[in-house]
Amino acid sequence: MTRRMRLKEAKQYVAGKLGCTTRDLSDPVAMEQIRLEKGLGTLPFTSSVHPDDAGMIEAKFNIAELLDIPINCVERFKKHARL
Amino acid sequence: MEVIHVEAKIPTRMGDGSLVEMTRSELKADLEEGTRVAAQKAKVPELTQDELDHLLDIYASPARFAAVDIGDEVVMSNDGSGTKHIGNRVQDLQSYEQVLGVDIIELWQIDYSYKATKTNVAHEGQSMKIAQMLCTNPVQYGAMPDLGRYSKPDGPFDNWSELLPQGKIQEARDAQLQAADMLVDDIAFVADHMVAAGADGIDFDTTGAAGDADFLAGLRACRALRERYPWLGIEIGMASEFVLGMHGQIEFDGERLAGMWPKDQLRMVQQAGASIYGPAVNINTGKSTAWNIARAITFIKPCMEIAEIPVHVNVGMGVGGVPTCVYPPADATSRASKAFVEILKIDGY
Repeated sequence: MTRRMRLKEAKQYVAGKLGCTTRDLSDPVAMEQIRLEKGLGTLPFTSSVHPDDAGMIEAKFNIAELLDIPINCVERFKKHARL
Repeated sequence: MEVIHVEAKIPTRMGDGSLVEMTRSELKADLEEGTRVAAQKAKVPELTQDELDHLLDIYASPARFAAVDIGDEVVMSNDGSGTKHIGNRVQDLQSYEQVLGVDIIELWQIDYSYKATKTNVAHEGQSMKIAQMLCTNPVQYGAMPDLGRYSKPDGPFDNWSELLPQGKIQEARDAQLQAADMLVDDIAFVADHMVAAGADGIDFDTTGAAGDADFLAGLRACRALRERYPWLGIEIGMASEFVLGMHGQIEFDGERLAGMWPKDQLRMVQQAGASIYGPAVNINTGKSTAWNIARAITFIKPCMEIAEIPVHVNVGMGVGGVPTCVYPPADATSRASKAFVEILKIDGY
């Protein structure tokens, strides 16, 4: 969205930043580990909750830094929380 | 005794959603006719034999559901996310993010136009702020440009649909341009508030629905927003495969908008600075989904040769090979999605 990349380029960019393959990006088994390790947020389900891991707005802080992209709500959070 | 070979019948759908049975030969004939009709109308090439064969394999399958291969998944940007009846609006978005796996979710209000949103923008912004706290995926704000809202009796300007049959051509044109100016301002007003609330993007849904003036307003608003917010996601989703010349002489960057097909629509959208282009091809409810998908892909295929931004085809009720019915059947939606991804290599839908 923010860099207007075509899909193939976007997948390669993200995979590069995450240190995984483009195929891993759509693999829920691979992505669960990656998301937990890097604080990118996971889906809370009956059999899987991580209340002490980054999620939602917290995850977006990490996503912005890891992918080196501006995320509007992150910047506004910092501004409003006077960080 | 003479043996008569009877082709097996395959369950498939018509454009109105009704379940019918067709033979492989009948599906093949419909695919060929669909691409031929589209090619003649838009003056673009027909699909190749390989592409038609590939479509036939998809549409001649009796499977309940079709899917792409592992690794070929695309992005889902879902205009009008949610059902409006699951919990509150933010919980609705969370359900689409977490249960349906939608990649770009959209906050919207039921009176889905920028003119209507303007009067409620503060509360829309508050909902956006809360959504941004609770969702991980990008949340954009969406509405329709809906130029018709600016004409009487709903809006301040003379109704060009009434002026045109009276032969008042110049008055009709003037009214459309005045309405477009007001619409551009309203889009900017709403977008500014949504950005302030933390939105990741703005979606202009069914752009061009009221013709070339409607399309112009979308393009102008996009360009203005791009200048103010270089990082903002701006999705321009179209209303139709063809821009209707309700005005007839409107230009953007020196090019007449009336009569534009998807490839030229994309060029304008790219020039305006959008992030995502969403072509829309309307369904013919009297024809099979096979006929409709071949027609839709033929119209859109020239876009992929020049696309510099992601192309997210509108694949939903009544557009993009999906039947016009309230509950679009998964056998039809999944076939259409698979066809667009595998034939056109689209970026999303």
